[in-house]
Amino acid sequence: MTNLEIYNKAFMDTFEIEESQLGGLEYQAIPQWDSVGHMGLVAAIEDAFDIMMDTDDIIDLSSYEKGKEILKKYDVEI
Amino acid sequence: MINYAEILNREPYSMKKEEKHVFLTEILSELTRHHYLNCEPYRRICDASGFDVNDIKSYYDIPFLPVRLFKEYELSSIPREEVQKTMTSSGTTGQQVSRIFLDKKTSANQTKTLTKIVSTFIGKKRLPMMIIDTSAIIKNRAMFSARGAGILGFSMFARDKCYVLDENMQLDIQGMQNFLEKHSGEDIFLFGFTFMIWQHFVKELKKTGYKPDLSRGVMIHGGGWKKLVSESVSSQQFKKELKDVCGIERVHDYYGMVEQTGTIYMECECGHLHTPIFSDVIIRRASDFSVAEVGEEGLIEVVSVLPESYPGHVLLTEDSGVILGEDDCPCGRPGKYFKINGRIKNAEIRGCSDTYAAKF
Repeated sequence: MTNLEIYNKAFMDTFEIEESQLGGLEYQAIPQWDSVGHMGLVAAIEDAFDIMMDTDDIIDLSSYEKGKEILKKYDVEI
Repeated sequence: MINYAEILNREPYSMKKEEKHVFLTEILSELTRHHYLNCEPYRRICDASGFDVNDIKSYYDIPFLPVRLFKEYELSSIPREEVQKTMTSSGTTGQQVSRIFLDKKTSANQTKTLTKIVSTFIGKKRLPMMIIDTSAIIKNRAMFSARGAGILGFSMFARDKCYVLDENMQLDIQGMQNFLEKHSGEDIFLFGFTFMIWQHFVKELKKTGYKPDLSRGVMIHGGGWKKLVSESVSSQQFKKELKDVCGIERVHDYYGMVEQTGTIYMECECGHLHTPIFSDVIIRRASDFSVAEVGEEGLIEVVSVLPESYPGHVLLTEDSGVILGEDDCPCGRPGKYFKINGRIKNAEIRGCSDTYAAKF
């Protein structure tokens, strides 16, 4: 799987949504991505790429696109 | 518009008296005008007290709302469709609870602020976290109690989580052993509510004789001392017994309330509660609400720059306390430091820890 596929899968598995829903997806835009779901998403991304994000980055992870940007800091190019 | 991104980028403990006074007066004046324009009951309160929102010289002069008001009225400064989350205070059965209306922005600012403050105590790196509570508390997402919200808010600092109590509030020793084995040699973050830690952790560990090694732990707890005071357990004794049962030395109490989530007051290494730059504490005399001197006991007023979706930026609590000093705590953090003496007589039981303790 490419990094993009891994990244997408983390979102799709956590929130049980389709790939077509990912573009432009933001925190709190769907009921599943609430504060509880957020920590689930973080765990899924961290496991998938074997990284550990700082607290600041978890808070900044406010959208599907923003997440890609943040992952660069952890040497994950998507 | 208030530039929260810029404000929340500052270090939480970084301003002395004069600078902080200017800083808070500017932001809180703007917030007051915002609520005046967007919340009709708030406007009526200001008008009734003859307060001119366009001429605010000090945030000490802004009218305070009693926290009780949030139980009796729905106070909000945003259109109903923008309410994203309604927080409720913890209350014992039959008590009326506060309802706090949050939009996305205020809610995000709360999280950001909590993180800024707490990470100055436990660091930016996320730690394995032991929660002295049951996971049942956050199962129902729609009904968010203050207790659940507190646990969730602090989970932001966790990398791996372990709830140490089962659904019947019994200590899960096997679960703890496994977790500590998995994370041996690491710093551990512990979080819980004061009374629950005492009742279900300290007392139970003593009973079972199991002595987990938490000498590398850092604990943050809050929610009220009422029940422990009635059992004559002091803060010193609480810390001492905790150290005896699990070796933990870094233990920080915090003072905070659902009406001003995010701006919590952390206890420093010297045992004092500290005001960050995002909020402040003013002690008022119960007789005429004038400002009390340093060292003089009175009612606690709390101000916070965060409440934008509801008019809760200047509140009079039902707690009594005393300012111990300002800018000169031996721990080195500038700002006022204070202690809580308790709740005023006839006030309701309402801390997360206290409402739970009312069952015992």
